[in-house]
Amino acid sequence: MTMVANGVNVQALLEAREVLKGAPEAAQFTWRASAKWQGGVHSRIKVQSFFGLGEEQNHKEEWTFEADHPEVFAAEDGGITPIEYLLVGLASCLTAGVASVAQNRGIQLRSVESTVEGAHDIRGILGADSDVRNGFNDVKVTFTIDADASKQEIEALVAQSQKRSAVFDALTNPTNVTVEVA
Amino acid sequence: MLERGEVANSWRRERWDSLRLLTPNWQSRLPGLRYEGPDPDGYMTVGEVTHFIEHFAKVSHAPVRTGVNVTSVRRADDGYHVTTSHGEIHAEAVVIASGACNEPAVPQFHDAVPASVEQLTPFDYRDPAQLPDGGVLVVGASATGVQLAAELRRSGRPVTLSVGEHVRLPRTYRGRDVLWWMDASGLWDQRYDEVEDLTRARRLPSPQLAGTPERTTLDLNALAAMGVELVGRWAAVRDGHALFSGGLRNVFSLADLKMERLLDTFDEWAKTDGFEAEAGPLERFAPTRMPESTRLQLDLRSGEIRAVVWATGFRPDYSWLDVPVVDTKGQLRHDGGVVDSPGLYALGLPVLRRRKSTFIYGIEDDAREVIGHLTRYLAVRR
Repeated sequence: MTMVANGVNVQALLEAREVLKGAPEAAQFTWRASAKWQGGVHSRIKVQSFFGLGEEQNHKEEWTFEADHPEVFAAEDGGITPIEYLLVGLASCLTAGVASVAQNRGIQLRSVESTVEGAHDIRGILGADSDVRNGFNDVKVTFTIDADASKQEIEALVAQSQKRSAVFDALTNPTNVTVEVA
Repeated sequence: MLERGEVANSWRRERWDSLRLLTPNWQSRLPGLRYEGPDPDGYMTVGEVTHFIEHFAKVSHAPVRTGVNVTSVRRADDGYHVTTSHGEIHAEAVVIASGACNEPAVPQFHDAVPASVEQLTPFDYRDPAQLPDGGVLVVGASATGVQLAAELRRSGRPVTLSVGEHVRLPRTYRGRDVLWWMDASGLWDQRYDEVEDLTRARRLPSPQLAGTPERTTLDLNALAAMGVELVGRWAAVRDGHALFSGGLRNVFSLADLKMERLLDTFDEWAKTDGFEAEAGPLERFAPTRMPESTRLQLDLRSGEIRAVVWATGFRPDYSWLDVPVVDTKGQLRHDGGVVDSPGLYALGLPVLRRRKSTFIYGIEDDAREVIGHLTRYLAVRR
């Protein structure tokens, strides 16, 4: 197991798990993003600070994301579509999960690639058909993994990464969302 | 031995009519007592289990005092003070053998289910006739859930089954009861201090098995073939709608993969222990089929669902235990049945000392070790 190098510090994660078992209050995190309208349907989103382990925390730098809509939506295409950020989140979360679980199980990864597709009937957001929902009808993730493991072990990695994924949970289960005007 | 009701009380009063043991008759044994009937491969009915336990109480001359309910156990200077419905008892040592299934565990959002929908737990449910005509939503796909879903479907009702993480098993494998493999391969003798993740092992739901005379497999494919509609884990109620998880496919994968790994270990054991010749041919089972489409919500006010059956597990009741040995999750703190309070012991809890701890024949080894500890404890005190 010590020979496996996927670059994930599983030991630190396992230690954190043990510590947080007895300190649930330290496990309460708040993630934040702030968006600013740029005109049209374009916005710029910045992410840096978050709260966790009982205090304010910061990413090493501030990250900026552009969100807009493509030209077929009669927009400027100054960034990816907001709903595509959900795909970005899902793919990165599951990939992180695959790497962590592989490290924990002593499986050496050589490459992990995935394609995420979200099936979306845009009649919903256009108000063209009230029976069509606004969000995705279906999301499909396809992994291609090269690793020192059997097909069954690789499938188990992918299944376990879904089981422990924050974004997979947030997409597959209902979440209370409050939107207010400050 | 104090028993709040009659011997085998929970089998008599807290289970449904059609229930049979998951373990085959030949596995139902207690010290000095084994099944001697004509059908060693069959599964005892609730009535037969009751009779079996009652018979054991007689032949073992167990000093059972029935109809004595314990309302409090608390530490006294030199042992425990036990308050019962029939007076007070002083005990130097106490063994808690009240089990892990004293109350049905039902999610908090059950109180958001509209009043027009009847709600039952396995403690209330007896048979399909008790339910209103119309659709039933069975929640949970472990042993209880799959059995009740099948029975309700056979009664002609439309049945929807909400499926979370579960343990899939075939009833028979390579010609033998799957529980024979568990036993023979040594899996069930695995000790609690050898289990990799004990917390998880202790929380493991009961496998999708039913003890029917036909020895048929009752997995999700079998239920789907009967016309049971599968939906994801019930996550919340919002505006009278039940909302189900969209992660159904992954709980299928997890269960299929775990079953495959288990069958692999059986095959390996058969090879290394020279059982290969006797066992039937290798078997593999079709993956759990994902329905063409699954509903993510269901309007509970539409009249489609007339009853909800919560097969969402059980929990122990330690409300009578006035000793600080229960954790924040309501579980007893113990090390192999030795509770974190001198002279206090437990028996019959999941993976207490071995994977087989909660099976009828699993109690013997556990009891010997726990009582060994207890007698040493008493000897040192004297």
